[in-house]
Amino acid sequence: MSTFLELDHVTKTFGNDGMFGKGQITVAVDDVSLSIDEDEASITTVAGESGSGKTTLSRLLLGSHVPTDGRMLYRGKDFTKLTNRERRNFRREIQPIFQDPFESYNPFYKVDHVLDAPIKNFKLASSDREKKRMIEDALEMVGLLPGETLGRFPHQLSGGQRQRIMVARALLLKPRVILADEPVSMVDASLRATILDSIRRLNRDLGISVVYVTHDLTTAYQISDNLMIMYRGAVVEAGTVDEVIPNPQHPYTQLLIESIPQPDPKNRWGSEPPQQNWDTSDTEIAGCRFADRCSAVMDNCRTTVPEQYLINEHQMTRCFLHEEKGVMENPDITSTFQTESETIKAVPADMSI
Amino acid sequence: MVQPTIEETRLSTEQAIQTYRTGARISDVDALVVDGFSVYYETDSGTVKACDDVTFTLKQGERFALVGESGSGKTTLAMGLMRLTRPPGHIAKGSATLNGRDLTTLSDEEMRKTRLSELALVPQGAMNSLNPVMRIERQIIDGILDHLGDDDESPTKDELDETVRDLLTRVGLRPGVARLFPHELSGGMKQRVAMAIGISLRPRLIVADEPTSALDVVVQRQIMQTLGRLQEGLDASIMLVGHDMGLVAQFADTIGVMYAGKLVEVGPVEEVFSDPKHPYTKLLIRSLPSLQEKREFLGIPGLPPQLIDLPVGCAFADRCPSRFEKCNEVTPQTQDLGGRRETACHLYGDEAKS
Repeated sequence: MSTFLELDHVTKTFGNDGMFGKGQITVAVDDVSLSIDEDEASITTVAGESGSGKTTLSRLLLGSHVPTDGRMLYRGKDFTKLTNRERRNFRREIQPIFQDPFESYNPFYKVDHVLDAPIKNFKLASSDREKKRMIEDALEMVGLLPGETLGRFPHQLSGGQRQRIMVARALLLKPRVILADEPVSMVDASLRATILDSIRRLNRDLGISVVYVTHDLTTAYQISDNLMIMYRGAVVEAGTVDEVIPNPQHPYTQLLIESIPQPDPKNRWGSEPPQQNWDTSDTEIAGCRFADRCSAVMDNCRTTVPEQYLINEHQMTRCFLHEEKGVMENPDITSTFQTESETIKAVPADMSI
Repeated sequence: MVQPTIEETRLSTEQAIQTYRTGARISDVDALVVDGFSVYYETDSGTVKACDDVTFTLKQGERFALVGESGSGKTTLAMGLMRLTRPPGHIAKGSATLNGRDLTTLSDEEMRKTRLSELALVPQGAMNSLNPVMRIERQIIDGILDHLGDDDESPTKDELDETVRDLLTRVGLRPGVARLFPHELSGGMKQRVAMAIGISLRPRLIVADEPTSALDVVVQRQIMQTLGRLQEGLDASIMLVGHDMGLVAQFADTIGVMYAGKLVEVGPVEEVFSDPKHPYTKLLIRSLPSLQEKREFLGIPGLPPQLIDLPVGCAFADRCPSRFEKCNEVTPQTQDLGGRRETACHLYGDEAKS
């Protein structure tokens, strides 16, 4: 087993206490250890509300943020000590797919441009013919017909098609990891399926690991193997989706799952949950950051930060309710993940009613 | 064209109205009667029928959800009812009667007074609809003063301050928010301010256009539950416009499904979810991912037609798994299926057997 990328007790804070004084410090990622393995391709979901730090975490993984504290290792080497060549290689091996398929295009260029550019930048093709073949292969891989896509302008394609071209662009670079930050939140429900399906195929057929950043736990449950839930910077619960979704242990995960609007009118929400209090800054909170909204809050929650407790082989949580289970020996939360990507029961996709 | 007249619509819905919503009060009184309502856009390349011949009735206290994919005409319909359609769009035909007055025949000034006092909009992306350089209290007060009826006495400053405090408390914000600027609030708080403005003159109908589309699940749930509480308190009706079927299932009493500018199915939300009639509704419900079981994603194959160049017959025919010859020849009319259910599909009604 070789580790592609490793975060070792990484913390990222924003804000300043310098010249402009009184700056409030936001702890966007708080003491997170995880690793992405390259031999065992899996799909991992990072979930949480706005401000939970999921986007900061993904920017750390992309190398566009530097940790305030802790280390980041790329193939075992400290990220700050990489040579230019290694850094360039890193940028090819991890590819982002962003939220908004409308804003990632320059409207004056044909869509071919986003596919040509990476090939040129990384000198992937030696001839125009090879370039053309590579682009066509990548488009077909995400279920698009090259004849119906190439030579068009972004406005001539649907949001779903545009987002799938972005997946194809990522594919051209033969990455080891794809990081998809809310890839379907701007697309219609009926098109969501096709995009998620092409992401899942990349994982299964090409062995690419996927980090899926979202607040939608329903699609996360459908496509991913593992799950980590973030709340105000901390990973409060992690494990395999098959453990966490049916048996959430942290009160925040429970609230999150309960609040998903289920498409079942006979099974409606319970009473209105309390609102989040943004008035206290992260550094003012001594204990668990969820304490002020927690229905099961105890005295020590307000004074002490909970450790990572291991509930079972495939699930951990940062909540004092599970203190008796014992602290995880290995701080790497991904140690609870499924090592072999589980094959999901496939139902033939026939469209007859 | 066999559209039910307003009288017939009223008769068919006159029976006691059942709902699974706990503590729901839906009376038999019609709040909004929309009949043959059409909004067209005139463009150089032809007429775009963005919302075509839509007919439905909303009862007082009822929560009606209008769903459909982008471009299906749901927002066009909602904006048309508010008379906020911008040129080259215009209300081509039909009527929309709110508490006995046809909104389409009101003068611009009458319509302006009707907005907020009788018919309020909680807009899409309400968080971006607040004025960034005005304190929250000023924005709420402006709305109130601008839309008060001519006969209403102008309230005093103390009365207005009291109203603002009361409104903020009712939407779940602390009164101190009145003195803040929009950038000092989170997305969910801004959405609550937009709701406070919406209910400030106790409207009879609240049109909420995707009120939670950019918010997280927990905040979304809190906002929807607050909106529901406010609506019940005012005994107002709600028209919720959106594409999140989960949200509709959680919130609405009645659902209307739009496709390519037409209303293709209407019915009580429980029945439509358990037994959808129109093939589009069936596929839409089947494509919803579930938290209970893992399965392959089922999208709806194909794309909706261009509204400027609608096919002959049913607009869904090309994507429909149950299509037969007639579908590509004749436009299906709305069929009354009984029990407050309607659908526009050749599979049902006397036209079924060809």
